[in-house]
Order: sequence, then C-alpha cells, then structure tokens
Amino acid sequence: MADSLVIETADLRKRYDDVEALCGLSLQVPAGSICGFLGRNGAGKTTTIKILLGMARPTSGQARVFGLAADRPEPSVAIRRRTGFVSEDKDLYDGMTVEEIVRYTAAFYPHWRVDLEQRYLRKFELPSGRKVKALSRGMRTKLALLLAFSRGAELLILDEPTSGLDPVVTEEVLQAIVGHVAGAATTVFFSSHQIAEVDQIADRVAIVDRGRVAVAGALEDLRETYCRVQMVFDRDAPEPALRTPGVVRTRRDGRVLSVLSSAGPEGILDEARALGPVSTEVVAVTLKEIFLETVRHED
Amino acid sequence: MLFRPNPASGVPIYLQLMEQVKHSIETGALRPGEQLPGIRPLAEELVINPNTVAKAYRELEHEGVIELRQGAGAFVSGNARAKELTDKVRAGQTVVAAVVGRLRARGVTDEEIRRLFEAELAGLRKTGERRG
Repeated sequence: MADSLVIETADLRKRYDDVEALCGLSLQVPAGSICGFLGRNGAGKTTTIKILLGMARPTSGQARVFGLAADRPEPSVAIRRRTGFVSEDKDLYDGMTVEEIVRYTAAFYPHWRVDLEQRYLRKFELPSGRKVKALSRGMRTKLALLLAFSRGAELLILDEPTSGLDPVVTEEVLQAIVGHVAGAATTVFFSSHQIAEVDQIADRVAIVDRGRVAVAGALEDLRETYCRVQMVFDRDAPEPALRTPGVVRTRRDGRVLSVLSSAGPEGILDEARALGPVSTEVVAVTLKEIFLETVRHED
Repeated sequence: MLFRPNPASGVPIYLQLMEQVKHSIETGALRPGEQLPGIRPLAEELVINPNTVAKAYRELEHEGVIELRQGAGAFVSGNARAKELTDKVRAGQTVVAAVVGRLRARGVTDEEIRRLFEAELAGLRKTGERRG
C-alpha cells in the first residue's frame, strides 16, 4: 500500500463571525484507506469537508487534496474532478427519474464506468423509472453512492453517509463502500458520529473535537496501544502524578485507580508498582471508550 | 459462515480473523490445501475493511499457516509447519481446558478467567498479597 497522502491539512482554521469552527485542524489520509472522520455534532466535520471541496475558504492554514491547494480556484476544480462527494442531504435533482439522473450525470464524466453503473443499479435494486423525489431515504442514499462510484473517482468524500438509515440499509451501504474500495484504487473519507460503523469498515480514524483532531491513526494501532490499567489498593487509591507519556485520563473511585493509556501499559505499570497496589490488571479498550474519553469534557 | 470478527471488542480485527482462521483449521472446518475466500468477497461478506483482510492473510502467510499464490488466492498450508502448529495448539487446548475447568469448579466466572489470562499474558502478577 502506497503511503502517499490523498488529504493533508495543516493547522487549518476557520472562523465564522464570532464562532471558531476549526482551530488548528491537522489531518492526514493516506491513499487506499477508508478513513472515518468521527466527531460530535458541531465538532467541525462538515466545515473541514467544505474546505477540502473548495466550498468554504479557510481563515488560515493549509488544505491539500492530491497535493493540490484546496483554497485556490484552479487546483480546486481539478480536485473536484477527481473526487466523488455525497453530501449529508444527498442533494439530487428531484424532478428527474433515476434513469435520467444517471444519464445526465454520466454526460459530465468522460471516465464514467458503465459497468459499475449497471452493477450498482442491480445491486441496489433502484427503480429506474421513479422520480428522485419519490425515493425513500435509503434509495436516495444508494442512488447518490451509485453516482459517486460510477464516476471512477479516486477519492470519495461522504458526509454522514448512513444518517437516518435503518440498520439493514446501513449495512448495505457499508458493504457497498467496502466492496467498492476492494475493487478499485479508491480512498474513502467519511464523516460519522456512529462509532460502530467506523469500527467496522474504517482502517484509519481521525477523532475531531472542538475544531481540532484529538486522536488519529490506524485503527489497529489504536486498538493495540490504547489500554486501561486498573489497580486496586487496600486503602483509598492514591492520587498519583504519573509522568509516563501517554496517560490520557486517570480516575479514582474508592480503592480503585483506573488509568487510560494511549501508549501501552508498560510505563504505567512501572510507575504504579511503587504505589503498592493489591492487584493490577490491564483491560483492552474499545474505540467507543477512546472516543468518549476524548470528546467528553468536564467543564 | 466460518468467520465472525467483532469490531467492537477492542481486539484488532486482523488478529481476530487470524485466530478464527487458525481455529477453523484446528477443528477441521478448513483442511490443508483448501482455498480461503478471496480478500474482496470476504471483506464484503463480513463488511470489514479489505486492508484488514489483506493484513490478516499476510500475517498468516508469515506464520506459515496459509500460502498466498499469485493470482490464485489463499490456501491452507499443507506443510509440516501448519501441522506442527495444529498439534501444538491442540496440546495447549487440553491444558487450557483443564485449567478453565478447575477455575470454574472453584466458582471463578468466565469473565474473571478471561481477565486472569489477559493479565498473565500482559506479564502481570499480583503485586502484593491480599490481607485477611
């Protein structure tokens, strides 16, 4: 797998009047990955996507897609030519039928893949004669994905692709994304606040919180390096000042001291030994825990 | 269906997949020389990232459990190493089964047993003696 970056932003800032939507967002998405962009509502996901697609200008900082500057007009056109985008609202021309919108969209793209178009028309069981406005939310999403897939785009940017879908359609959509990536040299960058679906299909994740990326990396690495060390004492747990790098959060609850680490248990275990716990255990943590510990703030 | 990794468990999916392939070989569900599903169909079937399937297959090949043949796919190794691995794992299974049985008989729950194993594997021991 090539390690070249398809998306790269550095210290990206965006201010809307008195709201700072992005405050120093740095992001890297390598080619060939499925990267989940995870964050709460209002964390800065959609603003980031808009900047990548040239639909909003950053106040400062850099955003590059395919190595091209996203905030300059000409490179931005080139970026959009090579990128398939599915917006959260799945905006499509409501007055057209499925068949008409497919033909209409195909006319814009010289590399249109008729084979993929036919494959997904069958797979998604889209009624070709039905007006877009009469489609269910699930069908509308599938149609938007079909149009993005068939363009032969090198990058797919999907803004909350499964929002509002039932579990069956969600699974079908995730399956289509996975299948598409396996069959074509495509990078997928999708925003979501569904931890489970990021867990399921992504190989990379960037957790965005209050306008910056708080945690990022390969999911398998995060699963291996994050852990919780739980210590039990025969007295009230001490309040240690752990100096080991990678301590994300320390909680004391009676005789129990729980430390979340982003760098494996070893350093914490070495330090903890001096405190004299009665027992110590290391527990695997889930992406959900990492997410909640990252974005939850005790204000 | 042969494999069922659980993405929410906190254990890397490729490791789960590797374990499940090995388990299938141990139980005889997969036999030496038999073909494994291709990366794309398996990724689609399990709805997991194709890079994850590819990583599991690469690691399994590295361990000598399977062979990747260019253009033809992945096959369970027919060589001695895979056999030896199976025997070793089978012997281990007997030991583990006995230990688990004894712990259960003492009233230790499965969840506690799992944590004890994990703590032991992470190189941990009780750092002090319980009083009383």
